[in-house]
This record gives sequence, structure tokens and C-alpha cells, in this order.
Amino acid sequence: MSNIARDGARAEGEVLVEGQGPQGMISLRCDLGAAALKTALAGEGLALPAPLSLTREGARAVLWMSPDELMLLCPYDEAPALCARLSEALSGTHALVAVVSDARAAFRLTGEEALLRETLAKLTPADMRPEAMPEGCVRRTRLAQVAAAIWFEAGAAHVLAFRSGADYVFGALAYAGRSGARVGHL
Amino acid sequence: MLILTCPYCGVAADETELHPGGEAHLTREGPESDDAAFEGYLFHRKNPKGVHFERWRHSHGCGKWFHAARCTVTLEVFGSYAAQTTEPPQEIREILTARRPGWDQEAKA
Repeated sequence: MSNIARDGARAEGEVLVEGQGPQGMISLRCDLGAAALKTALAGEGLALPAPLSLTREGARAVLWMSPDELMLLCPYDEAPALCARLSEALSGTHALVAVVSDARAAFRLTGEEALLRETLAKLTPADMRPEAMPEGCVRRTRLAQVAAAIWFEAGAAHVLAFRSGADYVFGALAYAGRSGARVGHL
Repeated sequence: MLILTCPYCGVAADETELHPGGEAHLTREGPESDDAAFEGYLFHRKNPKGVHFERWRHSHGCGKWFHAARCTVTLEVFGSYAAQTTEPPQEIREILTARRPGWDQEAKA
């Protein structure tokens, strides 16, 4: 198994690409309009995000992944307990709550915003212009040859990709953002 | 390059973010059907020069299957719509009638 994201891999070029290390992730699938879901999230101080966006409360965030799927981000060690509390709160509702922290790897890109967008635009067909992809917008798309979720938050670009392809994604991001790779289009 | 808007999440997805599912609105012929009908369901597909209804899956996104109506010649996309239907919805029919008069006659041929 690849440990690259856990080992705090970093590549500095036009942008700084860093593996985020262990990131708690909980997959939550149910009818997102269910009242029980709103209550369950509120009980944890979290809010239901609008489609294609995220809400954050400190170290925790809720990402909208599909019309019936949310991804909760939290510190790695907190995930099992948070998952248990949410399962309890959603008992009686048709829902799936599961810890999936080890399924995906998280990356963070920092640097000049236009260069962050440019680096990602080299790898994804998604529109990376600020007007199409504002801060807080979550876009699941393709990054080179694999699936990934991308969002911009607090001046950084965040990428979630399957751990099986973590080495590949890190390599692709590092290469797209290497020194001298500046295009200046965005 | 083909860009289809997923009716479930609203993302304008590039063709490479999608997985093609072939011709839409096929009738699933079961064990009671005759051999010709079953053969048609399994193997016979339209290959029109013009309006085509297709199934697509937003595989690099929300993961949902949906339908799209497009022109195979110009790649014009007339619209996309939910998977839970056996025929194109009225708003797609209206767009097609405005853009491609006679499309329903060709579709029957």
C-alpha cells in the first residue's frame, strides 16, 4: 500500500503540493432532505451543505458528493466515534454511515491562486476559472486518469483521490506544478 | 468534445468524466418474448445520422445514470434528463421539434 500521503510528501515548484497525512473521512448516504439528517448534523455542530459545496466547522467539514451522499472530514482519530454518534442519531432512517478514512488520500496545494487553478486545469477538464469554481465549491471530476474531488478553501486547493492512485495523483500534481511550468493563462 | 449537464448534480461534465451507456429507451425483452424480439434487444442498435437518445453515467462525479438527447452529426446537445423514464420527456420533445422538425418520424424509421 502506498504511504505517500501519510508520510507528508511534498513537492515544491510553482506551487507547493503536500500530502495531508491521515485524514478522517466518513461517508454518509441517505435522503439528504431527511429531517433526521439535519438534526444529526446539527447535533455535531455541522450544517448540511448546498449541492456542490461544503460547510466547515473548525477541523470538521461536510462535503456534498452527490444527491444522496455526503463526505464528512474530521481528525483521523475522531472518525470512529463521530461515525458511531451519527449512526445512532440516524437509526430509524434509511442511511449508511461508514468510516472510509483509509479509502482516500488528501492533498493540499498552496501558492499563488492563479497558479493553483492553472496547475489543476492542466489535469482536469473541469472549468477552473474563479467564476466557475468559486471558493467553497466542491467538484468531483477527473484528474489526469483518475477520479478526484477538488475544492478551494482559505487560499489553498484541496484534492481528495482514491488511495490506490495516491502516488499517481501526487506525481501528476507535482509535475503539473513543477518549477518553470507556469503558463499564465488563468 | 462533448459536454453534457448531469441532471442530478447540475455539473457540466466533459465527455471524459462520463461513461457511455449506449442507446436509451430500449425495451427489455424477457423470457416470454420471441427470439426475434430478444435478438433485437440484445444486438440491434440504431446508428442514426441525427437525433439520438443515449444513456450516460456521471462516473467521475455523482455516479448517477442519466439520459441525453443529442445530434450525432453536429454534436448539438438538446438536453439531458433523468434516468427514471421510458421515453423522452415533453420539454426535450419540444426542443427537438423546434430544432429538428420531423425528428420523431426519423426516430421511428
